[in-house]
Amino acid sequence: MPDWEPKIVTFLCNWCSYEAADLAGISRLQYPSNIRVIRVPCTGRMSPKFILAAFGKGADGVWVSGCHPGECHYIAGNYYARRKFSLFKSLIEYMGIEPGRLHFSWISAAEGAKFAEVAIKVIKTVKDLGPSKYFIKKINDRAA
Amino acid sequence: MSKDKTGSVVVIGGGIAGMQAALDLANSGYYVYLVERSASIGGIMSQLDKTFPTNDCAMCIMSPKLVEVGRHINIELLTLSEVNGISGKEGNFEVSVTQHPRYVDTDKCIACGLCAEKCPKKVLNEYDGGLSKRKAIYVKYPQAVPLKYSIDAKNCIYFKKGKCRICEKFCPNGAINFDDQKKELTLKVGAVVLALGSKVFDPSVHDTYGYKKYPNIVTSLEFERILSASGPYGGRLVRPSDKKEPEKIAWLQCIGSRDERPGAKGYCSAVCCTYAIKEAMLAKEHSKGELDTAIFYIDIRTHGKDFERYFNRAKDESGIRFIKSKITGIPLVNETGKHLIRYIDEAGKRVEEEFDIVVLSVGLGITGKSADMAQKLGIELDRYNFAATSSFEPVQSSRPGIYVCGAFQAPKDIPSSVIDASAAAGVAGSKLAESRWSLTKTKHIPEKIDIRGEPTRIGVFVCRCGTNIAGVVDVPFLVEFAQSLPGVVYAEENMFSCSQDTQDKITRVVKEQRLNRMVVAACTPKTHEPLFQETLTNAGINKYLFEMANIRNMCSWVHKDNPEQATQKAKDLIRMAVSKAALLEPLTEPVMQINQKAIVIGGGVAGMVAAKNLAEQNYITYLIEKTDTLGGQARHLHETWQGENIQQYLAGLIEDVRSDKNIEIFLNSRIEHVDGFGGDFKTTIQHNGESKVLEHGVTIIASGASELKPNQYLYGKDPRVVTGLEFQQRLIDNDPSLGQLNTAVFVQCVGSRIPQRPYCSKVCCTQSIKSAVKLKEINPKMNIFVLYRDMRPYGLRENLYRKARSAGINFVRYNFDKEFTVATEQGDLQVAFTDCVLRRNMEIRSDLLILASAIVPEKKNPLAQFYKVPQNDDGFFVEAHVKLRPVDFATDGVFVCGLAHAPKTIDESITQAQAAAARAVTLLSAMSISVSSTVAYVNPNFCSSCGVCVSICPYSAAMFNEKNGKAEIEPTLCKGCGLCAASCRSGAINLNGFDNDQIFAQIYAMNKVVL
Repeated sequence: MPDWEPKIVTFLCNWCSYEAADLAGISRLQYPSNIRVIRVPCTGRMSPKFILAAFGKGADGVWVSGCHPGECHYIAGNYYARRKFSLFKSLIEYMGIEPGRLHFSWISAAEGAKFAEVAIKVIKTVKDLGPSKYFIKKINDRAA
Repeated sequence: MSKDKTGSVVVIGGGIAGMQAALDLANSGYYVYLVERSASIGGIMSQLDKTFPTNDCAMCIMSPKLVEVGRHINIELLTLSEVNGISGKEGNFEVSVTQHPRYVDTDKCIACGLCAEKCPKKVLNEYDGGLSKRKAIYVKYPQAVPLKYSIDAKNCIYFKKGKCRICEKFCPNGAINFDDQKKELTLKVGAVVLALGSKVFDPSVHDTYGYKKYPNIVTSLEFERILSASGPYGGRLVRPSDKKEPEKIAWLQCIGSRDERPGAKGYCSAVCCTYAIKEAMLAKEHSKGELDTAIFYIDIRTHGKDFERYFNRAKDESGIRFIKSKITGIPLVNETGKHLIRYIDEAGKRVEEEFDIVVLSVGLGITGKSADMAQKLGIELDRYNFAATSSFEPVQSSRPGIYVCGAFQAPKDIPSSVIDASAAAGVAGSKLAESRWSLTKTKHIPEKIDIRGEPTRIGVFVCRCGTNIAGVVDVPFLVEFAQSLPGVVYAEENMFSCSQDTQDKITRVVKEQRLNRMVVAACTPKTHEPLFQETLTNAGINKYLFEMANIRNMCSWVHKDNPEQATQKAKDLIRMAVSKAALLEPLTEPVMQINQKAIVIGGGVAGMVAAKNLAEQNYITYLIEKTDTLGGQARHLHETWQGENIQQYLAGLIEDVRSDKNIEIFLNSRIEHVDGFGGDFKTTIQHNGESKVLEHGVTIIASGASELKPNQYLYGKDPRVVTGLEFQQRLIDNDPSLGQLNTAVFVQCVGSRIPQRPYCSKVCCTQSIKSAVKLKEINPKMNIFVLYRDMRPYGLRENLYRKARSAGINFVRYNFDKEFTVATEQGDLQVAFTDCVLRRNMEIRSDLLILASAIVPEKKNPLAQFYKVPQNDDGFFVEAHVKLRPVDFATDGVFVCGLAHAPKTIDESITQAQAAAARAVTLLSAMSISVSSTVAYVNPNFCSSCGVCVSICPYSAAMFNEKNGKAEIEPTLCKGCGLCAASCRSGAINLNGFDNDQIFAQIYAMNKVVL
């Protein structure tokens, strides 16, 4: 599938990573267009169900990004997110989803350049894995 | 004092400074008249394409402010108006104003543009720098406020020849009124703010280069219009002569600035270096081919916050050439339309090079009209007609009750003008505090339409943002696509969705189409969501029934090279936003009282000035200082660049602060812990070994910075090597040994502008010049050398630099890339370096070496975490927006001023402190604020009383109801992080605005494209 482009559902926290993505735009830093951003107030808002839903509905990757540890706008939301996330990452591996499809990062509001860098890295990793096939509910033949 | 001061203020000048002053005053309880000479507000900023150092689109960031001014119930706009005179005194002025006829009834004009379309008379469009034509009936620009046409009587055929009246015939609303007369008005106000602004230098007056004669020589402001999507060439970068794409563009710096010849101005215009860098960067971005750009300069003065990084980026990443040179001529190369730039380079060699376009980086100056007006008002001006002010009262004019701000006070950039404007509002407010809210009106909020039970009717508005969005993604296609989505009953595209006319139109459309949910696909909700929400409120729809799709910052700007995929992505983003919007519910906001006290952290000049202003505005203020003395860095400063005595001022300020009953000072104190948020903070301080809790509504951070103690050039090893501040202390102490020196050497940029600290410390050039001049006064025979990389005495400080040079002080540019050593040679201090001009090694034996050392802030400042505010890589605090919110933090209720924000001089610290106080008062004076409704709630039927939410809530908002044992969330305590909603194992908790169903809908919407 030479023309295949992955879709990566991206959850960004409102106070750090979403602003970083805005800043990347203001700085006109270029990165591939595969991410689809959903704004959440905090990574603490992230329920594992969102990630499962994304994979279940055919996302090739999921990327969650929030504030650096210690810089959470809501004091500690990202610590809870980190704990949930490390457990969840082993779970999806157990379920047969390649761990490289799920990414987590800390990007502050000032780090527009880092946002673009991580975006490029995440997209490349997911692209190299090819289309996600193990957790998608019955869908039409994608190649068609 | 009797309470008979007038609670209104007139602001004269509707540029960005005037707009900011008007907004701050109106938001802190005063009725404001905003007087503007032209037909609409916006000033020079409205003409700019982008702004430095972020390359943010000028119109995009300004538009929300234009709309806010235009809509504000307590700002009365008087356009086409001029002030004739002011009588009375501070507290009670009478201002006489002439309002010139517009010949268009503003109540009837709907800005359809039919009149301009039909008008037969074309004239040069001054807004586009004369590069395009407009009609005799016109609006300045599409986003203008007020968006009402006006007839330019000087060019109107009817007024000149008595015949025509075509516009009248075609106007569908009968808005044309040829009998309109000028009106004389008298305004009663308590204070006056002058924001008269400046004008760019006109290089045709004393013609050196053939500007106006040759089309491919343009001014920098004209070049802004060439770059602009709304400009004469629609944002295509072409040569004016033949509309061909240029291959090479040159910028010539200091046109009309730093030049004492007739017609020019001796001062530095302070903004041109950075704007030339910006224009060169943008030209490269606009150009399809390999554009070569060169900036011909004397000194590169990128002294502002983050400007040095911008300069480095231009040099190292964008590949812009910087050529230190003297231009000898720029003759036209026959028929090619090119110009041959002849110059002498730094080594004294003659060089020639051809360019397609030559941009003259013109400086800023005061117009004759502004100077006349100032004279009529009895305001003292300096020799260049800038308002004369003291460094210690930077916004106070020579007449009490009249304040100045912006480029009328000195050449300055947008953030400095905005800071000035807030400061002027703060000082004016401090004098009128007793009459606050006495003349203001209250806003009528349209009745809310109850949409419950109605079928979903979503409206989608797709913004072109000039070419910012439409240049990459296919906007008409997106509109068509949006129309096909379920629930969408209406979709349209807008040139600028945020402009006032579009806002009004959206309100109309929402009503007409009976929309009950709205999606705007444009820039980022972080800056524009409040604006669109207000529009929705005006249409009677609850503001929470709104969603944005970020198709600019996260799409068109970052996928420029792939329009097709960018359009695909924009499509997904719109579909996601629409699916979420369909599930939004109306929400009501709880109201919270604002604690009426303030805290100021840092007892330096900035902190003290902020505290003093707040106290004068009748707010109790706690001033926290970590050391045992007030005064901060200013304790070591001798004189300002204008020669004012700093120690004397400081002593007076400390006395004022100490004796003010509204100020409580805590010395030897540290912040230990902070609870709460904007409007209701609880700060615990450690004071004399005891913990004390202070409750306050706002926080001003003025924690300062300090001078770097260098670890090079024998500093600390040889007593003859001192830092700039240590030397200042000697001047304060009247050290007699200074008169004995034979040779003194100043070294600039010690610890600044280096890879570890890539910023300019801004104050050191002027301070070294000032110190050198002082030494020369003490001993005229002394040999004095200033070794520099670029001399940066910006603005009016250039005059001091000129004075220093004529006094015989030697300024030598050293090569930064070559070795620079200081050694002791037979007891003498020996400085060795490479001279840039002579291109050879030099040695100076010196008796004293003064190191102009960097200003360094505290990295990892604990205040950042306490108040949830960011610091940049250098350790300076990051303001909410570099251009338009330079003293606010993105976090509500927290403000910044002084060296904690960036290196700056004492007058700039004072201005920013007054501005911070003014901004804080806009919050305090409101008494109460509506709290966001984005809070969590529990469905008790699902709650299993497990207690997870109660144990993890960072704000203790979740608790058990004692009656039924179920969890509950207190909405005024909840901050809306959603941690409980994500952690509730029974699925009983949900978060308003970020509901599970809404997020699932977004996820599902995205993946439909995959299927």
